[in-house]
Amino acid sequence: MDYKMIPSVCSYCGTGCGVLFQVMDGKLTGTMPMKTHPVNEGKLCIKGWNLHEHVVSDKRLQTPLLKKDGQLQEATWDQAIQTTAGKLKAIIKDHGPDSVGVLASAKITNEENYLAQKFARAVIGTNNVDHCARL
Amino acid sequence: MTNSIAEIEDAACIFVIGSNTTACHPLIARRIFRAKEKGAKLVVADPRHIQLSRFADIAVTQRLGSDVALLNGMMHIIIKNGWHDTAYIEERTEEFDGFKTAIDNYAPDKVEAITGIAQADLEKMAELYATNSPAALLYAMGITQHTTGVDNVKSCCNLAMLCGNVGVRSGGVNPLRGQNNVQGACDMGGLPNVFPAYQPVAVEANNEKFAKAWGKELPDQIGYTITDMIQAMIDGKLKALFVIGENPKMSDPDQNHLEKALEKLDLLICQDIFLTETAERADVVFAAASVAEKDGTFTNTERRCMKVNKAIDPVGDALSDWEIISKLSTAMGYEMNYEGPEEIFKEITTVTPSYAGMTYERLGLDGLQWPCPNTEHPGTQFLHKDQFTRGKGLFHAIEYLDPAEMPDDEYPYFLTTGRMFAHYHTGTMSRVSPHLDIEQKTGYVEIHPEDADKLAVIDGDTVNLATRRGEIQVPARISNLVKPGLLFVPFHFAENAANILTNSAFDPIAKIPEYKVCAVKIEKAA
Repeated sequence: MDYKMIPSVCSYCGTGCGVLFQVMDGKLTGTMPMKTHPVNEGKLCIKGWNLHEHVVSDKRLQTPLLKKDGQLQEATWDQAIQTTAGKLKAIIKDHGPDSVGVLASAKITNEENYLAQKFARAVIGTNNVDHCARL
Repeated sequence: MTNSIAEIEDAACIFVIGSNTTACHPLIARRIFRAKEKGAKLVVADPRHIQLSRFADIAVTQRLGSDVALLNGMMHIIIKNGWHDTAYIEERTEEFDGFKTAIDNYAPDKVEAITGIAQADLEKMAELYATNSPAALLYAMGITQHTTGVDNVKSCCNLAMLCGNVGVRSGGVNPLRGQNNVQGACDMGGLPNVFPAYQPVAVEANNEKFAKAWGKELPDQIGYTITDMIQAMIDGKLKALFVIGENPKMSDPDQNHLEKALEKLDLLICQDIFLTETAERADVVFAAASVAEKDGTFTNTERRCMKVNKAIDPVGDALSDWEIISKLSTAMGYEMNYEGPEEIFKEITTVTPSYAGMTYERLGLDGLQWPCPNTEHPGTQFLHKDQFTRGKGLFHAIEYLDPAEMPDDEYPYFLTTGRMFAHYHTGTMSRVSPHLDIEQKTGYVEIHPEDADKLAVIDGDTVNLATRRGEIQVPARISNLVKPGLLFVPFHFAENAANILTNSAFDPIAKIPEYKVCAVKIEKAA
C-alpha cells in the first residue's frame, strides 16, 4: 500500500484554502484541509472537502476531439494540434491576427495564463485576450 | 483585497456589502465570526436577507442596484457628524472638496426614497462603520456586476478613505474573488490592455520590453474584451475563438445572443476538463489536466501566490494546459519548449515586477503575497501603507444612476442572480461531484410568500420566468430570503439557465454585465 498526501490549493473559489490530496496506490481518494495553512487553518467548506470528486468523475474528457461530419470524434494529439494550427494560420492569413480571440481562464494556473496571453500576443499577434473575471 | 484574510478577525467593524460570504467564501466568513467573538461590529447590506444578516449589529436590504445612493447616504451622515478622519484626508488624499459637494445632496430622506432603507438604520450603519476603527469593507459581485459597477467600487473606496481605513491593518477595501485564480489571470496579463503586472500594452517601453523578452514584434493596439468579442463575432470581424477553461455559453449575460455569435465563427477551440455546454459546440476540443494532475501556482483574493502540486497522472490522454498551449504554439511556428511550470514561472518573475522575488522554493506551503519585488522581500500583507500606488488617494464625486432595466407594468418584478453554497460557477465541476450534486440537483427561483400567494404558487410548483431576452421554466422555492417584488435565481444550472434571462447591458469602463439586476415577469406554468 502506497499512501501519500500531496499539498495543493483548493480551486473552488478565490479564498485559496490549503488542501492535502490523499493518494492511495496512485489513485486520488480524498481531500483534507491543511492544518498549518495561513488561509484556512485546518478548515474547509463543503466544496473543498469534496474537491477530489470532480477530478475522478467518469465524465472527464480523456482525449482530444475533432469535429468530423458535424460530430465531435476522438482524435490523437497530433491530429488535433496540427488541424487547429492549420486552420488558425489560414484565418490569420485571410483576415489578420485581430480576427482571432483568446479567452484565458480564472481557473487555470498562473503559468498557463501567462502562456495563454503570450500565445495571443506573440504567436497570433493580437491583444484580443481576456478571461471570465467579470462573470 | 488591499488587506489579508487573517486580518479580518482583528477589525473593530466589518462592513459586508454585495457578498453572500457564508455561501460563496465560507472560510472568509469564518474570520468574520471570529471577529464578532472578539467584539467587532458587523454591518451587512444586501438586497436579500442572507445568512450573515442574522449575525449583524445592523443589516439592511437595499433595493437592487441602489448601492451608490446607500454609500453616499452613509458618507453624508459621517461628514455631517464629523466622524470622518480629517488628518488622513488632509495628508493622504486629494479632490475631497468636489466629492463633498456631491455628497451634500444625499440626505437620508432622499436616500431612503431610492434605497428603501429607513433613515435610522442608515444612521446606525454610518455610525458603526465610522466610529469603530479599523473597519474592513468586504464586497463581491453584488457590487461589481452592475452597469454602475465602477461607480459602486469607487464609492466603497470613498467611504474607506473618508474614515482613514485604507493602508491600515485590518481595514481596507476588500473584493472577494469568485474564482480560484481570477487574481492570477489578471496579474498574468489575461486582459486586452495590459501585459503581466498591469503594464499597459500601449506604452512603448512596455511593448519593447516584452518584444525583447519574447523575440517577436508585438501589437500595441488594445484588444477586445470578452464583451467586445461577442459583438465582433456577430459583426463577422472575429472568426476564431480559443476558449480555455471557461464556459461562456453558461456565463455570458445573454445566452441567445451568444448562440448567434458562436454560429458565425469559422473556428471554435475549447480546452477543458469536461465537455461543457460551450465545448459541445466546438470544432476542436483539447482534453486538459485538472488541478490534482499538474504543477503550477494560483494567486488567491489576498494576492497570495501559492504552489499547486501534481498528485496523480492526468486521466486518459489529457495534458496540462501549459503543455497544450506549448504544442499549439510550436505547431504555429513559434517554438515553446518549456521543461515544466517552474521554467515558465522563472520567466514570469523576470517580466512581472510584483512577482520578481518569488521562486517555487520560497513559496513553500504558505505562498507569498505580492508585491514581492526581490528575493529578500517577505511579501506584502496590506497595500497602500504609507502612500497609495498613485501617490495620493483620489476621491471621486459619484452620482447615483438607476440600473439599465427597472420593473414596469409588463415585467413587474426585480430579478437578481448569484450562487448557492454547494455549487460553483456554471456547475461544470460541482454538478459531477456526488456530495455536492445531492445538495441541490437543479435550479430554483426564490419567491417571497406574499408574492407566491398572489400567484397561487406553492413550494415546488414550476413557474415561467420571462424577460426581454428569453424565458425559462424553474421550480419555485418560497423563501423569506427575498423581499416582496424580488426574485433570485442561481446561475449554476443549464436546464433553467439564469443567463437566458439576464441583461447584457454593461458598465462602460469595466465592461462587466449587469447580472445582478433586471426586470422579469413570473407566472405559474400551465
